[in-house]
Amino acid sequence: MSAISLQGLDISYGSAKVVEGVSFDVAEGESFALVGESGSGKSTVLKAIAGLAPGWTGEISVLGQPRGHRPGRGFARRCQMVFQDPYGSLHPRKTVDTVLSEPLQVHGLGSRDARVEEMLRAVGLDRRFRFRYPHQLSGGQRQRVAIARALMLEPKVMLLDEPTSALDVSVQAEILNLLKRLRAEQGLTYLMVTHNLPVVGFMCDRMAVMNRGRVVEIAPATALHDGSFADPYSRALYAASGGTAHD
Amino acid sequence: MSAPLLSVEDLRVSFPTPAGRVEVVRGLSFDLGRERLGIVGESGSGKSMTGRAILRLVRAPGQVTAKRMEFEGIEIQSLSERRMHDLRGARISMIMQDPKFSLNPVMTVGRQIAEALQAHERPGRRATRARVLEMLDAVRINEPERVAKMYPHEISGGMGQRVMIAMMLIPRPSLLIADEPTSALDVSVQAQVLDLIDELVRDHGMGLILISHDLNLVSRYCDRIMVMNAGRVVESCAAADLHRAQHPYTRGLLAAVPRMHETRGTLPVLDRSDWSGT
Repeated sequence: MSAISLQGLDISYGSAKVVEGVSFDVAEGESFALVGESGSGKSTVLKAIAGLAPGWTGEISVLGQPRGHRPGRGFARRCQMVFQDPYGSLHPRKTVDTVLSEPLQVHGLGSRDARVEEMLRAVGLDRRFRFRYPHQLSGGQRQRVAIARALMLEPKVMLLDEPTSALDVSVQAEILNLLKRLRAEQGLTYLMVTHNLPVVGFMCDRMAVMNRGRVVEIAPATALHDGSFADPYSRALYAASGGTAHD
Repeated sequence: MSAPLLSVEDLRVSFPTPAGRVEVVRGLSFDLGRERLGIVGESGSGKSMTGRAILRLVRAPGQVTAKRMEFEGIEIQSLSERRMHDLRGARISMIMQDPKFSLNPVMTVGRQIAEALQAHERPGRRATRARVLEMLDAVRINEPERVAKMYPHEISGGMGQRVMIAMMLIPRPSLLIADEPTSALDVSVQAQVLDLIDELVRDHGMGLILISHDLNLVSRYCDRIMVMNAGRVVESCAAADLHRAQHPYTRGLLAAVPRMHETRGTLPVLDRSDWSGT
């Protein structure tokens, strides 16, 4: 069973079709990247899976279950999303503790105190941060909170939308290491959107290159080592990212 | 190297906080000729404040002091606001990070570029129009006549940044400060915009200060690099020697970047206790 399976996915915002005929499978435990420029539709694919872009036709299934067009309780237990901007994705008037307890409350889960403590430890945040507000945290700390929130319901699949592009390189390294460790510890599947090809090389097994709403190529992450891309657009993207095809 | 275009000695920028004044730039000194200087550092390192201080754009309650800050032999600090106005844009100009927030949304592209020119020179209508179109052409905009009539929301981010470059270069300044000029753009467009800045800077014999958090990018487009941390320059070297950098902070930053040929299992993380006493 694949963790995420997309078949002939078309996504529209109103009358504008932004994604066309996207099909791929992400195996359980795999880390899969969607790469491309802004406007290529890569984030829209994540949104459709999460139920945030309801105008789609085709087939989406997550862990063998077909997806509906809206977010749902059962789905939230299996699949969660981490957004790009940690400054925008945390409620400014809620403490870290409230943010992390809320999913447990919504799903009627007990021993909240212990679970919050454990999750803070898992994402490498000291317990003194538990009762702070987002504005009292740095960008990297906020992104740790956002990742912790996504993991509170112990999902198996994580949708990551440019999780480090708003961060400094040194902080990016910390968050990428964290995501990599969590995936190994908890057997997670990642579907990650990024425009940064070296990040794909570090984090992912395979990638789909998107251009103008279509997947032009699906390549293993090792293609980044030698530039062995088949599609001319993928090769141009690789070259623009500073890749050299001959070493 | 030719006589310095810009010479800065002991630049300090501070802001008041409840706990007293905090210096965000602490004693920066450098000389810039007609060359390309890169300033790199993380957020909060003081790199953008340095750029702003040179243009006297740090607003109160921020405070800027320097022993010396000379541009083409003129002491910038003692200039009247009016003289400074003549200098800004005409002799030193600055490209900001995001074209979406820096262009006037209710004015056509052509008029904005013309305004930048007319603020400093008084060419006639026909001459202005010719210069605007010529400039748009120089920043590789196809069909300059059509684009000049468009509004900022009608053009893409990469095109917006090119319009901004046109606007900044039309008065023919001798120093260009580019503060993260491409971090809001896609990788494929980034290279085009930087190549363009590079070419124009070389052709016009200008000086360039490129401010960025991206070490690799800066090393590709600059001659010399200053690495800043917590308001101080921790290391200064020729761009070509960046990979031989000595300071633990620079080495840490370089190592933290994922590589295209990545084989490391975990990325090294900065151990900040290594170099900062506090």
